[in-house]
Amino acid sequence: MIAAGEKIKLATVWLDGCSGCHMSILDLDEGILSVAERADLVYSPLVDTVEFPEGVDVALVEGAVSSLEDASKLQSVRARSRVLVALGDCAVTGNVPAMRNRLPVKQIMQRLYIEGADVNPGVPASGVPPLLAQARPLHEFVKVDFYLPGCPPDPKAILSVLTDVLAGRAPKLPAVKFG
Amino acid sequence: MPQKRISIRIDGELVSTVEGKTILEAARDAGRRIPSLCHMDGLTDVGACRLCLVDLGGGGRLAPACTTPVQEGQAVITNSPRLLAYRRVILELLLTERNHICSVCVANGNCELQALASALGVTSVRFPYRYPNLPLDLSRDRFVLDQNRCILCTRCVRVCADVEGAHVWDVKGRGIYSRLISDLDQPWASAASCTDCGKCVQSCPTGALAEKGKAVEEMVKQTWQVTNAAERKRAVL
Repeated sequence: MIAAGEKIKLATVWLDGCSGCHMSILDLDEGILSVAERADLVYSPLVDTVEFPEGVDVALVEGAVSSLEDASKLQSVRARSRVLVALGDCAVTGNVPAMRNRLPVKQIMQRLYIEGADVNPGVPASGVPPLLAQARPLHEFVKVDFYLPGCPPDPKAILSVLTDVLAGRAPKLPAVKFG
Repeated sequence: MPQKRISIRIDGELVSTVEGKTILEAARDAGRRIPSLCHMDGLTDVGACRLCLVDLGGGGRLAPACTTPVQEGQAVITNSPRLLAYRRVILELLLTERNHICSVCVANGNCELQALASALGVTSVRFPYRYPNLPLDLSRDRFVLDQNRCILCTRCVRVCADVEGAHVWDVKGRGIYSRLISDLDQPWASAASCTDCGKCVQSCPTGALAEKGKAVEEMVKQTWQVTNAAERKRAVL
């Protein structure tokens, strides 16, 4: 439980997604002010923190798990967060990143970085995390506490879930849809 | 011939209906919507999707409302935690079986599968996604068949056979390997029996059958037109 007046630690994470879910967070409009009153954004693509901190109260995770880096990042997010929310269809279902799942990674790399390259053909080997064989939803790797589907999720649904969590209630999801 | 009036109970409420109707029809006449996918007004029901399963009491097995006729004195439960749990499982299994990527689908926002998942509170799928490798049939001029989005409800099969009278569509294989095929499992464009009428496209509850050239969210099905055609035909016959 979070004491009255105390701010909760909020984090947002960007795995394999288009950042549209984060745009939807920004689309809370003035609702974001009521969130800011009760929460500190301790980690996010929107702030400078490098390491995912300990003791996070709520983590909103956008994107599917597509690479080894995504997988290990997600493990530490889970270990360090009290409530983990799968934010958007990629996190919930795999969605667009999972459209590659029917093809072997090697074949995709060959097509994109060798056949498709105008200059310097070659599969990048350093500085980029190796892809997993398939992009898969979060709950196949870690326990997910709440699912917020949508592509992107409706800002009103995000605000509703955040408001409930900030008030110390179990989130009651409004009607949402995939896509 | 005048039909015999009978009384049944639907969720406790006494409802007057006529012999020969299905539970689904009687419930709808009484203003109760039972979730369904493979049912379409005007087509023969086959009980394929199992979403309309109802409880006839007595702890017996559940029955599909679309193919179970009403009977005098019947007591039907159309909604309960147990039924909701089954309906959710069915939707989740449909979503894992093929590649239903709503965000890039022509039927996004106009899809019966998507709408039902939303209405029944399916916000995630507990079973591992299969992500199968499935083909598209783009051979025809005006229409597309995308197997990724097919739920095998067979509405297209029935509308083509019963209303158009062409019977282009059928289902091959069994279980998870079942596939919609045109004529003798050949590209749709070479299916000689197809009249290009498009009734299958308008009957399809998802984006599996769609008009060519439609972008995401643009494919709105005119299912009611097919229903009208089916009912006119029935009246003539």
